Amino acid sequence: MTTTSRVAQTARPAEGKTPASASTGTGAFRSKSKIDPTYYWMVAPVLALFAFFITLPALVGVFFSLTNYAGYGDWKFIGLMNYVNIFKDPAVLQSYIFTFVFALTTTVVVNVVALAIALGLNAKIKWRTGIRTVFFIPMVLSALIVSFVFNYLFSNTLPVLAERFGMTPLATSILANENLAWIAIVVVTVWQAAPGATIIYLAGLQSVPSEVYEAADLDGAGSFRQFLSLTLPLILGYLVINVILGFKGFLGTYEIIVGLTGGGPGMATQSVAMRIFSGFTGGDYSYQMANAVIYFLITLLISVIQLRLIQRRGVSL
Amino acid sequence: MTVSTRPEPITGAAAPTGVTPGFRKNRKSNREGFKVNWWLTALMLVASLTVLLPLYFTVAMALKSPDQIGTGTGLAWPNPMNWENFAAAYVATNFPRAFMSTAFVTVLSVLGSLACSSLVAYAIARNWNHTFFRGSFVYLLSAMFIPFPVIILPLIKQTALLGLDNPAGVVFLHVLGGISFNTLLYIAFVRSIPVELEESARMDGATTWQVFRRIIFPLLAPMNATVGIFAFLGSWNDFLLPQMMIADPALQTLPVVQMLFQGEFNTNYSLAFASYLMAMAPTLVVYILAQRWVLSGVMRGAVK
Repeated sequence: MTTTSRVAQTARPAEGKTPASASTGTGAFRSKSKIDPTYYWMVAPVLALFAFFITLPALVGVFFSLTNYAGYGDWKFIGLMNYVNIFKDPAVLQSYIFTFVFALTTTVVVNVVALAIALGLNAKIKWRTGIRTVFFIPMVLSALIVSFVFNYLFSNTLPVLAERFGMTPLATSILANENLAWIAIVVVTVWQAAPGATIIYLAGLQSVPSEVYEAADLDGAGSFRQFLSLTLPLILGYLVINVILGFKGFLGTYEIIVGLTGGGPGMATQSVAMRIFSGFTGGDYSYQMANAVIYFLITLLISVIQLRLIQRRGVSL
Repeated sequence: MTVSTRPEPITGAAAPTGVTPGFRKNRKSNREGFKVNWWLTALMLVASLTVLLPLYFTVAMALKSPDQIGTGTGLAWPNPMNWENFAAAYVATNFPRAFMSTAFVTVLSVLGSLACSSLVAYAIARNWNHTFFRGSFVYLLSAMFIPFPVIILPLIKQTALLGLDNPAGVVFLHVLGGISFNTLLYIAFVRSIPVELEESARMDGATTWQVFRRIIFPLLAPMNATVGIFAFLGSWNDFLLPQMMIADPALQTLPVVQMLFQGEFNTNYSLAFASYLMAMAPTLVVYILAQRWVLSGVMRGAVK
């Protein structure tokens, strides 16, 4: 079931074989290594569209990040000025700090919650199928609409309940509170993202052979001890995948913030992605493109770390 | 393929190292000793309320009149129920138009993803030792490292220039945006199909196209399900691309319409929630009806 790693492995011997078979080439060999042009037709249109719709905009973006283009009108090259200015811009810095703190917190909470749910679903519980169905519902719902629903819960239901039970600090909407609004965003993101991570953990838990637990039972290990010394090390690869995929995804968070706070109050919950998108209407197109390039480099760095970690653990994705 | 009640045990997915199955005892003993853990069951039921409560709340709100909403928590069940909220929301948001627009984007994205990714994966997997195809693979994979915010601004300008600032343009981007991941899923699967199957068909004079259509594509069925489910959910629920790309509000998809609607009628919550519920219903209904099938499909994607 591995993909990349097996692909890489099978590639090596094949690579070595091609020139050899071509040089010793009997007729049969040569006709086999000649490719049916149909194969090119299967790939070429997609490659062309991909280059046009994905690669070209990326290059255009890098190009304009070196100009003072406002999104309309004239422009000229200004070198790396946009990049220099970004590092001096407190608003951009704040969006990066918010995004990283948010992504780190959410990653931790999502993984704790998802692992707990996966352990529960994998245990000997009654009505497993039904409970599982319920837990995976958030996966199929639109994040934006979910955020609208939670928006009402946070700004109306929760304050009314808090007042009724005499918890005054929560009697006003936490979405309007500069210091607490981000917690609401974490809650909704966890609600939305936990099922995806749970599925990966379930796959991990089912790859652990039951003999291992039988052995531990005989040795008299309690269930908590079994989790720490057996389950956790055995599913570490899945944990790594979840942490990195999750972190990368949460860095690009957008919809849920739009649905909950719209980036406010003030700019307290404005993510990097929201800042970049503002370049579309804000007249600072080239400036936000420079921001996008920096964002790309950061995610690229995380991807490199991801590949390193995955290779080391022998886990493929 | 088999659809099992429980998630099928996935073997060899990541083969965590260091597990030597030295202690090979009777595997059945575990199953025979199956005792329901009632405490844990109760805990899981309580925990599942975190999912059910917001859904219950959405339904309850959608059935309330503005008076019933008042200043309460919104958690009480309305009596009497106001079914006319749905009719009002249906008209106010022009639901059929948004639904058709979303369905258009989703259906074409699913079909496009299935066709493009499976073709590309087949061609690449069967010609792996040729530089062109291996290079194409690496090139397509590069998209996995480019986050959308990075290309979105130039992309919008580009699609607008081409007259693709409409649902059709979104379809292109949905198909191409998912192509790296989908091709990755398919390639592993194509490799598991023995080449001999194709060779006998070729002996009988079948062209590569025919081989793909008659033999390979049907065999890819389990992967088609996985790719199809991901494409369906991703397209139906996408907000970012339609919001940014589609210029004409009349052609907007359901999530974006909720957003526009929110701004226009922000005091009429009963209407808003009825509208949310109608926008969520299609994926929810499909999921509940085809639950096992959806989960096993997603599971297959998750372990790749």
